[in-house]
Amino acid sequence: MAQGFGAWGNDLYTGRRSYQIVARRWWWFGLGVLTTLIAVGLLVKPGLTPGIEFSGGTQFTLNNVKDPSQDLATSTVLAVAPGESPKVVVGQSKMRIQMSELPQSDVPELVTRLAEAFDITEADISHTFIGPTWGADVSRKTITGIGWFLVFVLIVMTVYFRNWQMAVAALVALLHDLVVTVGVYAAVGWEVTPATVIGFLTILGYSVYDTVVVFDKVRENTADTLSQMRYTYAEKANLAVNQTLVRSINTSVVALLPVGAILVVGAFVQHAGTLRDLALALFVGMAIGTVSSVFLATPMEVTLRELERPIKAHTRKVLAARAKAAAAPGLSEEDQKALAKVGQLQPGAHQGQAAQPRRKKR
Amino acid sequence: MAPPVRRQRPVRTLLFLGVAVFALFAAIGSGVIWSDATTTPKLALDLEGGTELILCPVPIADTVTSDADLTDDTGEVRCQTNISSDDINQAIAIIRQRVDASGVAEAEISSQGGYMIVVGLPGEPKPETLELVSRSAMMEFRPVLLVGTGLPVKTEPPAEDPTPEEGTPTEGAGEEGTTEGTDQTGEEAAAAEPEPEPTDPARPDKPSSASDAAYYITPAVQKEFDELDCSKRENLTGGRIGKPDEAFVTCDLPPKNAKDSDLAALATTGEIGKYILGPVEVEGAQISKASSGLETLQGGGVGTRWVVNLEFNSTGTKQFGDVSKRLLPMTSPQNRFGIVLDGMVVSAPSINAVIPDGRAEISGSFDRTSAATLAQQLNFGSLPVNFQKLSEDRISATLGSEQLQKGLMAGLFGLLLVVVYSFAQYRVLGLLTVGSLGIAAVTTYGVVTLLSWSYGYRLSLAGVGGLIVAIGITADSFIVYFERIRDELRDGRALGAAVEHGWSRAKRTILASDAVNFLAAIVLYVVSVGGVRGFAFTLGLTTLVDLVIVFGFTHPMMQVLAKRRFFAEGHPWSGLDPRRLGVSAHYAGRGRISRPKADRVVSDEPDDDVPEDDVPAPSYARVPGSDDAPMTIAERRAAARKKAVADEGSVD
Repeated sequence: MAQGFGAWGNDLYTGRRSYQIVARRWWWFGLGVLTTLIAVGLLVKPGLTPGIEFSGGTQFTLNNVKDPSQDLATSTVLAVAPGESPKVVVGQSKMRIQMSELPQSDVPELVTRLAEAFDITEADISHTFIGPTWGADVSRKTITGIGWFLVFVLIVMTVYFRNWQMAVAALVALLHDLVVTVGVYAAVGWEVTPATVIGFLTILGYSVYDTVVVFDKVRENTADTLSQMRYTYAEKANLAVNQTLVRSINTSVVALLPVGAILVVGAFVQHAGTLRDLALALFVGMAIGTVSSVFLATPMEVTLRELERPIKAHTRKVLAARAKAAAAPGLSEEDQKALAKVGQLQPGAHQGQAAQPRRKKR
Repeated sequence: MAPPVRRQRPVRTLLFLGVAVFALFAAIGSGVIWSDATTTPKLALDLEGGTELILCPVPIADTVTSDADLTDDTGEVRCQTNISSDDINQAIAIIRQRVDASGVAEAEISSQGGYMIVVGLPGEPKPETLELVSRSAMMEFRPVLLVGTGLPVKTEPPAEDPTPEEGTPTEGAGEEGTTEGTDQTGEEAAAAEPEPEPTDPARPDKPSSASDAAYYITPAVQKEFDELDCSKRENLTGGRIGKPDEAFVTCDLPPKNAKDSDLAALATTGEIGKYILGPVEVEGAQISKASSGLETLQGGGVGTRWVVNLEFNSTGTKQFGDVSKRLLPMTSPQNRFGIVLDGMVVSAPSINAVIPDGRAEISGSFDRTSAATLAQQLNFGSLPVNFQKLSEDRISATLGSEQLQKGLMAGLFGLLLVVVYSFAQYRVLGLLTVGSLGIAAVTTYGVVTLLSWSYGYRLSLAGVGGLIVAIGITADSFIVYFERIRDELRDGRALGAAVEHGWSRAKRTILASDAVNFLAAIVLYVVSVGGVRGFAFTLGLTTLVDLVIVFGFTHPMMQVLAKRRFFAEGHPWSGLDPRRLGVSAHYAGRGRISRPKADRVVSDEPDDDVPEDDVPAPSYARVPGSDDAPMTIAERRAAARKKAVADEGSVD
C-alpha cells in the first residue's frame, strides 16, 4: 500500500496525476454553502441543547446518605427523566445531584425514588435552583476572546503571507468549519457542555493551523507566478494543493485516530458524557477543518487573487499563449497533453556536493 | 543549492535537548524532595474533586461580631436573601477573576437558590486561596481619632488611673506607615489618650471635618472602644464593616501567623492596637491599580518588607490629596489615617507630607503571598456584598477516575494506531515519528507537572482533550517535514541535501503555523476566564513543546540518520527509498542517471528501450521523472520542427 501511496504522492508532486480542485471551485463553493445552510437549519430546528452549566437547573441535596454511589444516583434520575445527564457530586455525608430544570410535576416522584434508592427519608432530600457555572460573563469573555482571535489571525496571516486574500479565505473556511461542526452537534442532539465549547475552540485553532500549512505551500508555489508564462496562478495553486494532499491525509489520519478512539469509547461507554462531547466536537471539526483547507480555503483564495489586475492580465496572457501553441500545426497528442499538464518544474540545478559520486578508494 | 555555511552539529543539539529534559525532571525531583511538588500533574475539579464553599451574603452595615449573630435560633445561618441578581453576578465575576489570577486552577462558580454563591475549588486549596475567594476586600481610608493598646480599659473612670498597658507605646512595630517615621513618640500618643472627652455633653451639631473627634466620639463609641478586647480572636476576624458616615471602632489586623496564645501579649505591647476612626474619606473603589512588591526605600533602593502599592483614579487622587493636606498640621494621633480592610486596620500611617499624586504604599504585616493576595483582591474590586462562609465541604470528582482512565486508554489505543499508521507510511522512519511523539509526551508531562507545582496548573478533562489534539498538531510537524524531504528526493536530491533543503522549507511552514496557534493561545488566555483560559494555556504549552521537539529532536535526529547507510542509500525499508516514492529515475551524478531494476516505467516512454543502468543523460537538464515533465518552449519548437521535417521530408 505504501508503494502505491508513495507513487501516488510522487504523481501528485510531479503533476502526472492532478485533481482539478481549484478549477472545479464553484462546485466546492456550492457544496460549502449547502452544508453551511443545512447546519444553520439544524441550529434553528432541533437547535442546541444547553447543558446545566449554561442554563442552570435543579439541584437535589441528599443528606445522611450512608453509601453514596454516583451510578445509583444517575440511574435513578434516568428512570424518572430519561435523556437527562445528571451531574452527581459526593460530599462528606451529602450527595448533590444536579440536572437541568425538571418539571414541577416530576419532582415528587424523583424525591420518592431517590429516598427509596438511598434508604433515607424524603425529609432528607431538599431541592433548589442553581445558577449556571458558565454564566453570561464567561460567555461574553469567550466571545470577546474569539473576536480578538479572529482579528489577530487576520493580521498575522496578512503580514506573513503579505496579502489579505489568504487571511480572508482562511477566515471564511474557519467560519464554515465552525458552523458545520456546531450544526452536526445540534443534529446529534447531545447537550452542549463547557467541554463542547472547548472542543469548538480547539477547532478554531486547528482549522487555522491546517490552512496555514496548505497556504504556505501555495505561497511558495505561486511566488514567481508573474515572472513566468507557463502556468496561471490558479494552476500553480492547484498544484500546491495536490502536492500537500498526502500531508493533509496523513495528518488528518494521525490526528483523528486518537480522537476517534475516544469518541468510540465515549459513545459506547455509559456516563462518559464530557469525554464524548469533547471527542465529537473535535472529530467532526478536525475532519472538516482539513477538508475545508483544501477544498474551500485555497479555491477561495484563488478566486480572490484572480480579481487582482496583474493576476488577471497574466492569466489571460498565459491562456492565450497556450491556445496559440496548441493551435500550432503538427503537434502530436502527447505534445498537447504536455501543454496542458501542470507539474513541478525540475530545473537542472546543482544537487549539492553530496549528490556527487564518491571518490573511489584505491 | 549552496552548501550550508554553518557547520551542522546535530549531536550537540540533541545533547542540549537531553540536558533540558533532564533539568526539567531534576527540578521536579528536587521539588518532590525538598518541597511539596508531586510526581504527577495535579488534576482539576472535574477529575479530582475538591473543596466546595457555599457563601451567603450578609448585610454590609450589619454589626455582627461573632458567629452567634449570624445564626438564628435554630442554628441556621441568617443570610440576606433579597440580593439583586446583578450583585450576585458581579460578585461571581469578581471571585472568578480573583481565582483565575492566582493561577490556572479552573474554579466552578455558580449561584444557588438565587442568593448564595457556590465556589468549587480543585484539590485542597490553601488558606490564602480560600480567603481570596470569600473576602469582600472592602478597603476604606478613615482618619484616626483615637488610638489605644489592644486590651480593654477595665476601670470605667480611667482619668485618675491609667491602666499600665496604656503607658506603653501605642506605636507598635506593625503599624508604621510609609509616610511616617518622624517625631511622633509613643508616649506622646498615649498621653493624649485617656484625656479626650469621654462623656462630652456638648456635642456639636455638625462635624467640622472628618477628624472632628468632638463630634464623632459619642459616649457610646467611647464605651465600645473601652470595652473592645483586641486579644480575642473573634474580634480579629474582620468582615464587620462600619457605616461610612459614622465613627468606627476596630482593632489592628493581627500578624498573619500569630497564634491565639500570643494575641494577649501582642495586644499588651500595642502590636495590636485599637482605634476610633472617623468616617470614610476615600473608598476602595477609587483604587485604579494595586500591585505588590518589596518596599522602596527613601534612597531608591529596595527594602526587605512586602508592601502593596496603590494608585488612585482621579477622584481618589484628589480626595487623598485633600485628606493628607488636612491631616498634616494635626497632632498625633489625629495626623494618622487608618487603612481599613474588611473592618480591620491594616496600617495607620501618619502623614508627613501632602500626597498629590495619588500613590500610596501600604506596609503591614505582609509576606509575599499575603501582599499578592491583597493586591489581587483590590485589583478586581471589592465584592458588592459581604459574604459569610456557610459551609466548606470536600466534594468528589464529577467525572470520576473512571472517565479519565477510559479517556487515557482510548487515547493510548489511538496512539497505537498512530504508530501502526506511521510504520505503514514511513517504514523505519516511522520510528522517528514515534520517538519524537514519545519525547514530546515526556516533555509535556514534565512541564505540566512542574507547572502544577509552581503555577497552580491543573489538568481538567478538557485539558486532556487538548493534549490529545496536540498529538495531531505535533505529528503534523513531522509529517510536513518528512513530506518535504520526500519532495526533495523526488527532485533528485541525495538524502543529505534533501534533508537540509527540505528542512529549510518545512521550518518556515512549521514556524508560521505554530506561531499562529501560539499567539492565538495567548490572546485567548489573556481575554477569557475559567475553563477557556485553561484550554488556551494547554494549547500554548503544547505548541511550544512541539517547536522544541521538532527543532531539538526530530531535525537533528534526521540529520544523524541521513548519514547512516541504511537511509542514505535508500533501503526499501527506510521510508526514504526514492524508488518507493515513485521516482523512476535517480540522478547519480556526473551526468548519469540510475534507474531501479523493477521500474514502473510508463510504456510509451520514448527512451524505454535503452539499458536500465547507465543511461546517458539527455541533452537537456531535466533529470528525474523526465518521461513526462512538461516541455519547454524550445523543446516544443524543436519537436514541431522535427515533425515537420518527418512529415514533409524536406526543409525550407
